[in-house]
Amino acid sequence: MLSRRDVLKSTAGAALGAPMLVRGALGAVPGLRADLPAGLGDVAVLEALPGKRPLLKLSYRPPNYETPKAYLDAPITPNDAFFVRYHLAGLPEKAALETWRLKLGGPGAEGERELTLDQLKTEFEPVELTAICQCSGNRRGLAAPHVPGVQWGDGAMGAARWKGARLKDVLTRLGIKKEAVELVMSGADAPVIEQTPKFVKSLPLWKALDENALIAYGMNGEPLPYYNGYPARIVIPGWTGTYWIKHVTELQLVTAPLDNFWMKTAYRLPQGKFPQIERFTGQENAQTMPITEMVVNSLITFPEDGQALPAGKPLEIRGLAWDGGYGITGVAVSADGGASWVPAVLGEDTGRFAFRRWSLTLPAPKAGKAMILVKATNRAGESQPDEPIVNPGGYHNNAVQRAAITLA
Amino acid sequence: MSKFLALLLLTAVPAAAAESDVTLKAAPGHDLVETNCQVCHSLDYIPMNSPFLPQKTWDAEVHKMIKAYGAPIDEKDAQAIIDYLSKNYGG
Repeated sequence: MLSRRDVLKSTAGAALGAPMLVRGALGAVPGLRADLPAGLGDVAVLEALPGKRPLLKLSYRPPNYETPKAYLDAPITPNDAFFVRYHLAGLPEKAALETWRLKLGGPGAEGERELTLDQLKTEFEPVELTAICQCSGNRRGLAAPHVPGVQWGDGAMGAARWKGARLKDVLTRLGIKKEAVELVMSGADAPVIEQTPKFVKSLPLWKALDENALIAYGMNGEPLPYYNGYPARIVIPGWTGTYWIKHVTELQLVTAPLDNFWMKTAYRLPQGKFPQIERFTGQENAQTMPITEMVVNSLITFPEDGQALPAGKPLEIRGLAWDGGYGITGVAVSADGGASWVPAVLGEDTGRFAFRRWSLTLPAPKAGKAMILVKATNRAGESQPDEPIVNPGGYHNNAVQRAAITLA
Repeated sequence: MSKFLALLLLTAVPAAAAESDVTLKAAPGHDLVETNCQVCHSLDYIPMNSPFLPQKTWDAEVHKMIKAYGAPIDEKDAQAIIDYLSKNYGG
């Protein structure tokens, strides 16, 4: 396992994913899993955006960079290692963000208002909470069969301590008409050509008024990094990143469901395939529903798939588990390919929207090959399926986690 | 190439040095793909999504770019682009 210091020293070409090298051509690119599309290996590189450490570049424009797994072996993801995800390549000018304003209004609001960053910070009670931001398509690249889109591995996610004003406080002070049904959110990023629909999303009003929903201006004790939504972004703990609008500049209360590509076509799941308890019913139809809350999931952070380790010595297996906010109740680990399962020891509970660490030590594993499997369960009684649930967008990949290791 | 596209390529795509390192396979249709696709996104999206999409799905992707994202590509060029993608990056 690489230390944090090794990661700090890493550059494109360094051995972040060294154990993968035995797994074929893809392993030549640090940090890539062998079950990702082969073509990804031709374009993925470790590269640093301004203000960021080297992350795994999947696409340059718009920038889509994932967090190498070494940074996920911790309950909080550093700001400069936090993944970057944009849909459209019209990124905001940094200088323009210094005169940032948040416009509030809409037909479902009692009035209109503009807030400066200072007003957002001082006129509303600051709230801090830890929450995971996970792209709906995290692990899309591991879908079987593969589906088109950004071919993410495990690192389109991170957890941070977010600080901001409650959306509820800002909207309540603005005044909410009884006809309001959704909150429409847009940011300073834009399409390249005017014909492309701007990335605008909505939330059901009840979720916008959730006490944990924030307009965040702080991340792990610092301002938001530019590539994570400076100076302010929406934070919807428990729900996938598609609702976490970056560089948020406009919030409109509306009296009819938002009708655009990003709501009606993108980010939708087949009806009945996933356990979504919190639903966005105003945007559902007979066939599909908007993706909402994260499903129960886990990640093995050590050992890595393909790793060779000493036999006969205690072996610690560890990782993360998370869900949409119901709470992790258990993590089961198998070191014999699923024949027998042992409960892992759960780490400190740092909040229902945070990563829950887990670990298990095998006293003296025998020489030979071993297949480690990991499966988490949450308080809603949900667990991880053996294989990813097939859906056109490749969303919600929460299959049982596997790592094949060799003990010698 | 339309004047509109030419203008966009000159003004809106100051490709980073690293982005220009991404090269696609030389084959008929290559120039059409480069000219049209990288107006809005870097070319790494194409190898990244290979080699697993059948011709039918590359067709759907190109038409999604036209219909959903508004890419100004006429049908004749679209067919040549789909042909290039499915022959060189299909699966």
